[in-house]
This record gives sequence, structure tokens and C-alpha cells, in this order.
Amino acid sequence: MDIFDIPPAPSPVSGGGGLGVVKIGRAVGLAVRSLWLHKLRSLLSVLGIVIGTSSVIALMAFGEGSMKDALDDIKRQGATNIVVRSVKPPDDSAAAANTRSWVAAFGLDSRDIARFQAFGKAISMMVPMRVFPSEVRYLERVHNARMVATVPEYADVNKLPIARGRFLVSDDEVNRINNCVLGSATADKLFPFEDPIGRTVFCRGDKYLVVGVAADRMPTGGTGGSLAAEDYNNDLYIPLSTCNQYIGSKVSIRSAGSRSAEQVEISQVTMTVDAEVDTAAGRATVKAIGDQIKRLLERHHEKKDWAVTIPLDRLEDAERQQERFTSLLVLIASISLLVGGIGIMNIMLATVTERTREIGIRRALGAKQKDITAQFLVEATVQTTVGGLIGVVVGLVLVFVVPIAPAGLAWMADRALLAESAAWLRTIKLPATVNVPSIFLAVGVSVGVGVLFGWYPARRAAKLDPIEALRHTA
Amino acid sequence: MAAIVEVIDLFKDYFLEGHIPVNVLKGLNLSFDEGDFVALMGPSGSGKSTLMNILGCLDRPTAGQYLLNGGDVARMSDDRLSEIRSTYLGFIFQAYNLLPQYTVVENIELPLVYQGVRLDQKTKDRCVALAEMVGLGTRLDHRPLQLSGGQQQRVAIARSLVNDPHVILADEPTGNLDSRTSVEIMQMLRELNKAGKTIIMVTHENDIAAWARRVVRLRDGLVESDVRNDDHQPDLTAAH
Repeated sequence: MDIFDIPPAPSPVSGGGGLGVVKIGRAVGLAVRSLWLHKLRSLLSVLGIVIGTSSVIALMAFGEGSMKDALDDIKRQGATNIVVRSVKPPDDSAAAANTRSWVAAFGLDSRDIARFQAFGKAISMMVPMRVFPSEVRYLERVHNARMVATVPEYADVNKLPIARGRFLVSDDEVNRINNCVLGSATADKLFPFEDPIGRTVFCRGDKYLVVGVAADRMPTGGTGGSLAAEDYNNDLYIPLSTCNQYIGSKVSIRSAGSRSAEQVEISQVTMTVDAEVDTAAGRATVKAIGDQIKRLLERHHEKKDWAVTIPLDRLEDAERQQERFTSLLVLIASISLLVGGIGIMNIMLATVTERTREIGIRRALGAKQKDITAQFLVEATVQTTVGGLIGVVVGLVLVFVVPIAPAGLAWMADRALLAESAAWLRTIKLPATVNVPSIFLAVGVSVGVGVLFGWYPARRAAKLDPIEALRHTA
Repeated sequence: MAAIVEVIDLFKDYFLEGHIPVNVLKGLNLSFDEGDFVALMGPSGSGKSTLMNILGCLDRPTAGQYLLNGGDVARMSDDRLSEIRSTYLGFIFQAYNLLPQYTVVENIELPLVYQGVRLDQKTKDRCVALAEMVGLGTRLDHRPLQLSGGQQQRVAIARSLVNDPHVILADEPTGNLDSRTSVEIMQMLRELNKAGKTIIMVTHENDIAAWARRVVRLRDGLVESDVRNDDHQPDLTAAH
């Protein structure tokens, strides 16, 4: 033993201690080691944080996924469209009975179209249409279709995809040709075996040549007001001019044993405003034109036999709904993170008591109060950060596993010969979109929770009397 | 020899249950020379533990001066006292007080961590050399619980030396050890003292106190006796 062979002690540094930038890596390393001593306990104590962050990420993803579905649905309808419809006024049946007229005459007409045309270039497309239910026949097969008499631009405005053949063209319109295009369901019903293109269907006493079939398309949700959900698959499209020529404006409708007749020149006009839906200015333009159209109709129609629907309103409703949904999620998440934080505080207080002697030893060997504070604060923060990261992983696993779970269950149901359950499971759709900012938010909040709830236990540890702490027997 | 530790008119009062005053130290005057090896003795309640706490800068006196290497540390702030502990004092405890989660080398290095010095290969070399000096060169990566009591106390001795302290304060260093290991530890302390280290040791065993060069007995907060012991050699055979 020769003390003179020992390398010299480093020269002392005054004012050191605390959590310097250089030392933070070391402090984190030590914290990880301390926590590693009690793996299970550390894991259990951050369970609240894990659940909090994973639920934020999973719920955000599913919420955004389903909302995106809804928004896409609206955008399919055309978010810059304005839809004006003819509506049977509420007092009309009484009025019709009084005048002994069986035909209800109401709605939009060609004069309205002319008024709309005054908007000029602000409206890039205008598609008038007439819609009424009609029985369509091919050979012995009958289908109750929705007959839509319209112009060729209809396909563009409604973003209707064509599977086979073509949609109506201006030649059909100009020359009032008996051509028609079938919706996918109509085509399936009438032509289960044959190719519909080139065949002739029979409808309201006239024959129509099938020139095209629309692709299968998701029905849109209800557009509010008078507008019901639209199932495009059930349609039969004919040129508007042809319709006016062969069917006229008076249409009789048979439903459930009763018969009614309506005289409606135009059932609906869909206008596309020339604007960008993703800019505030574009949205304002759409709304302004919508308001002008409403005022215009109010001025020229005695009765309220019209309705204006702006899909953009629905889009904005949906967006507001999403914001509400998001803030609700944040609330739920903050509750679970609060609970998680209290869990951390609890375990840190227990740790401080348990390690009182260690604190005494460190203080005796020269640790300042701020060194002890830093040690426990870093420990709490490392714990919650790891919890947050585990939560992110769990959340992402949920996001990727849950959407394919029904398919997996359906496969198992098939194996168990539960065909009905399998079919039902296959109808479940769980769209999910990972919200990247939510990941950073979740981890950031986890770190914050560690600092916030670790502070009090850390200060308590630092304020222990070193003599008392050294005397403490664990 | 110059006094490295000096207490002048040292008073320390405690308040039992908040209001009953207890005068533990009653105007204590003591001076310890550099390179001395002092045993502090006395019955319980004599104030030796309180004196050790004050000498160790873990507590402040109610009144009086405590000069460490000439500077008065009695009125310093908590942070400053921490710096003095990590820089100028070495501690050896009865219960060794090593951190169970750290290795031998990491335990020895701990005072340097709180000095705020950069830990590098040089400081590591010093810690390893100290561990080798106390005979634990083959157990550098062991944890305290894998070591015997005597070995743990040797780690503590190495730790008390790492910052090259002015004074080593040993609080009943052999209290938890059997007589044979006690002799080993005391031999080690004596060697350190011969190499120039100042050691102040609390003990209540006469044969342990016999290893010191000077024995100070306290009673009721005052010095009862102060005996120099330079020529005395303990009877090593008695321990074997």
C-alpha cells in the first residue's frame, strides 16, 4: 500500500453541481440504472402514462380515419357545389284539394335557370336534372330505378365514374336521343347474365338504348334539409331534353298502392362554383354565391318550394365536429395523464422514503440540494418519457392491428362454420389514419408530466436533513 | 504543526419536541494538528456525535467558530458546505454507507461527481489505484453486497481518500466488524496517518482508541481529558 503512487486528485471546481448540460447524459444513465433495479415497479407506475398516450394516439387515429371517410364523402359530392332542389311546399296538398286539382305544380323552372346563368363565370358548371322513380324493364325483369334526366356535365359535377361505355354526350342532349346510362345496381338487376351495352330497356312507355354503365359508387350521406341520401347505383340516366320530349313535365308516381302526380319542370340544379375548397377565400366565395341564390329564389318564388343545400356547410360542420371530438380526446387524455402523473408522484414519494439513506450518503459526500433535486427529477422524467414511448408503440400497434381484426375474426368464424357472423364481421370497417403531431404531443406531454409530478418528491428528497437521512434505517 | 481543524467556544443546542432546550456542546475548545490521528471518546450524550456532525459540515453550531484549514465554515450556506464536504473532507461510517447499485469504482468516484469535476480516464485511474491500494484490485466491478464487511469498509476508506481531503472523519469505523478485521482496518488507517493524512475518529472501544496518537474524551459537552499517545503501540497479538 503506498498512497504516494496514487494519481493526484482533480483540482476542485467551485460552484459546480446541479444539472449542467454536460452532466445530463450521465444523470439519465444513472436514472435508467436506478429504475432498472425495479423493472416491474417502474413499469407499473408508468402504466397510467402508457394507457394515456396509447389511447390518445389510437383514438386520434380512428377518429381521424372515420372523419376522413366522412369528409371524403362530402368531397365526392363536390365541396364547391351548390344544390338547389324543388320541394313540395307543406301547404300544397290542401291547396290542391281546394282547387280540385290532382296535380301538384311547384318548384324550379327554366326562368330560375336563366337567373342562375346571370352569375356568369363564377359558376363553372350548371347541371339541371329531373328525378323521379320509374319502373324499368328488360324482358321479364323489372327494377324500380331512380330515373335521372340530366345533361352530360352531370358526370363531372357529381364525380360519377363510368365503368363501361360512356356517359351521355351533348349529341344525345341536342338531338333528344333515347340513350340511357345505367347505375351499377340497375345494370346488375336487369342484366344479370348479358352485357347491357347495346340492349334496350323499357321505361314509361318508351325504349332507351343502353350506352354506358356507371361504376359502383358509395352512396352519399343525407345532405340535410330536404335532401335524402343519394344512392347513385340505383339510377337510370337519360338526356334532359329527351325526358322533356317524351315524358313532359307532369309525372305520375305510384307508390304503395297510391298514385300521385307532380308537375315539376326541374327537380334539381347542381352548380359548381369556380373556387378552391381548401382556401378560406374559396370557401367564402361558395357561401356568398349560395346566399345570393337563396335571396334570388326568395324574391321570385311565392311559396317556399325550393331548398338550397351547400355541401360545404356539411364539410364545415364535419370539421367542427372533428375539432370538438379532438378537444374531447385531449380532455380524456389529460385525465388519464393526470392519473398517470399522480401515480408517478406516489411512486416517487415512496422511492424517496425508501432511499432516504442513499440521499443522506450522497449529501454527506457533497451532493447539493439541487443535485438531489436533479437526480429524482430526471428519474421521474425518464420514467414518464419511457412510459410515453411505450404508449406510442402500443398506440401504433392498436392502429395497425384493430382495422384488420374483423377480417381475422371473420376468417376464424369461417373456420368455425359461422357464415353469418363472418359476413357480419366483414362489413365492419375501421379506417384509421395516424396523426403524426399527436405522437409528438403525447410524448411531449409525458415528459411534462414527469417534470410536473416529479418536482414535489424531488424537492422533498433534497430538503431532507442529511444527518437524519444518514441515520435512517431502511 | 499547524492546526488544520480548530473549534473555538463551540455551542450546540437542540430543542426537544420543539421547545425544551438541550445544550449538547457547552463552549467546546479543541484544536487538531495537521497529520494527527485523534480518537474522540465519551459516553453517549457526551456530544461526540454532534461534534462529528459539525466537523463534517453536516450541521452548524449554535454559537462559536469552526476553522477548517484556517477558514471559518460555521456560518456558510448549505451549498457551500456541500462543496466543502466534497472537496476537503473524507467520511468513513460505521455502516460503510456504500451505494448498493454502484460498483466499487463508482462508489469511490462519488465525491468527485459532486465536486463537479469532469470524470475522465485520469479520475478513473485514480479510483482504480485507490481500490488497488486498499486491496480490492480484483473486485473493481463488484457491488457492495458481493463484498464482506471488511472489504466494504476498505472501499469506504478508498472513497474517503479520492478527493485528497484535509481531514478524514471516521465514525466508529470498526463498529460493525469482528476484531480481526478491525485490526486490518486500523492498520490501514495508521498507514494513511503515517503518510500524512489527518484522521479524526469516534470510537467507544479503548483498544481501538489505542491506535490513535491522541485520545480526547468528552463528557457533557466539554473536554474531560486529552492524552497524547504517541509511543503507545497496540498489542497486535491480542487480536489474533
